[in-house]
Amino acid sequence: MTEPIFDVQGLGYQNGGNRILEDMTLQVEKGANLTIAGPSGSGKSTFLRILATLLTPTQGVVKFAGKKQSTYPKPIYRQQVSYCFQQPTLFGETVRDNLKFPFEIRNQNFDESKALAALDSVELKAGMLDQPIIELSGGEKQRVALVRNLLFKPQVLLLDEISAGLDVDTKGVVHRLIQSYRENGVTVLSVTHDETEIAAADNLLTIRDGKLEVPAHE
Amino acid sequence: MNNLIVSPTALAFAVVLVVIALGINLKEKIGLERDMVVGVIRAVIQLTVVGYVLTYIIKVNRIWLTGLMVLIIIFNAAMNANKRADGIPHAFWISLLAIATSTLITILLLVLAGAVRFTPSQIVPISGMIASNAMVAIGLAYRSMNTSFHDQRQGVLERLALGANLKQASAHIVQMAIRTGMAPTIDSAKTVGIVSLPGMMSGLIFAGVDPTKAIMYQIMVTFMLLAATSIGSVIACYLAYPRYYNSDMQLTDRNGSHQS
Repeated sequence: MTEPIFDVQGLGYQNGGNRILEDMTLQVEKGANLTIAGPSGSGKSTFLRILATLLTPTQGVVKFAGKKQSTYPKPIYRQQVSYCFQQPTLFGETVRDNLKFPFEIRNQNFDESKALAALDSVELKAGMLDQPIIELSGGEKQRVALVRNLLFKPQVLLLDEISAGLDVDTKGVVHRLIQSYRENGVTVLSVTHDETEIAAADNLLTIRDGKLEVPAHE
Repeated sequence: MNNLIVSPTALAFAVVLVVIALGINLKEKIGLERDMVVGVIRAVIQLTVVGYVLTYIIKVNRIWLTGLMVLIIIFNAAMNANKRADGIPHAFWISLLAIATSTLITILLLVLAGAVRFTPSQIVPISGMIASNAMVAIGLAYRSMNTSFHDQRQGVLERLALGANLKQASAHIVQMAIRTGMAPTIDSAKTVGIVSLPGMMSGLIFAGVDPTKAIMYQIMVTFMLLAATSIGSVIACYLAYPRYYNSDMQLTDRNGSHQS
């Protein structure tokens, strides 16, 4: 058995007096495709945010690739464990501003051809690069945000209900893109309420009242 | 200079103007009457005290006393800027450092250039002008940062999630705060002479100084305030923005938003 990409031991999270997650223990294998389901407010997003280091657990330990999360410089870690928001906010004025950002934070020059290829991968036209973000539909915004996360291939993709509210065609585009990253070895953890996605899950994990209901098995 | 004497009777008549302002305020139910009365009383007491203090400082003309007066001005300015920080941790020390640096650098350059002499009659008023402008700029910058970190919380979180460091995640907010802080000084520089005839220039002309010489001084003051507000806002903003994050490079909840 290979070393898990995530090793979660006794994870708990409390915010003020509210216990949001408690005693979660699981391992996620490298390249796994894990679907996380559960009622609203059960702690699914909190769990993903802890994996993304956007929140720090109040109990337990999370190891990434064999080392504690806290041992990694946060920017490096977050570039490898990429968290996608349910309702993303786009930056600046145009789509270009958004696709430049991943290059800027890596101190690299903007590679327009790479950005155009990435837009094409979610069926957005090249002309969209300089389109003002206020003119984009919800589905286009979500696709631009996803491209922004995927311009540099991460090791892990954390998807927080990113297909909620998308039309069937856009969902198809998003699923195909994620599938292509999975086939290239990217580990995917996705939170969803979508019955079709839950039914089609390779590996389902349910969180209820902050507790893990069914542990994941490869 | 004799034409500058304002008699106590003239000042008493000026109180009528305050009464008019109070009357309007009461009639229109603006609710500022308490602040106005406190403001007027404080202005009278503070200016009277400072008048006597300045007379003494100018008379004894000691470097240490002049320096002490400058430090008191900077300290008070920092206390006031801190009130605008609305809970930014260590805002007093940040403000003190920003205002002290901007004031002292500007004065040092002016003294080295020979534009002003290190005498209390020149250093104290100019320090007051610089520190007060830096204080206002820093206060505005703090407000802007507080508002932006609150309203643009999601955008900052997304930048962090993409792997930005704190500076990259906050750059747009810091730039906006510096712009906001400097806006009044820049607007004032743009309109000086065509909208306002600033206090220092007007005072010199009142006192009988040749207007062309008064203008030279005003140009110097305009440049000096631009430099001071710029240095002050930049130092304050760059020292303050990391205070919105914890040691795990996460946005803190201090703006009242909730992470879940």
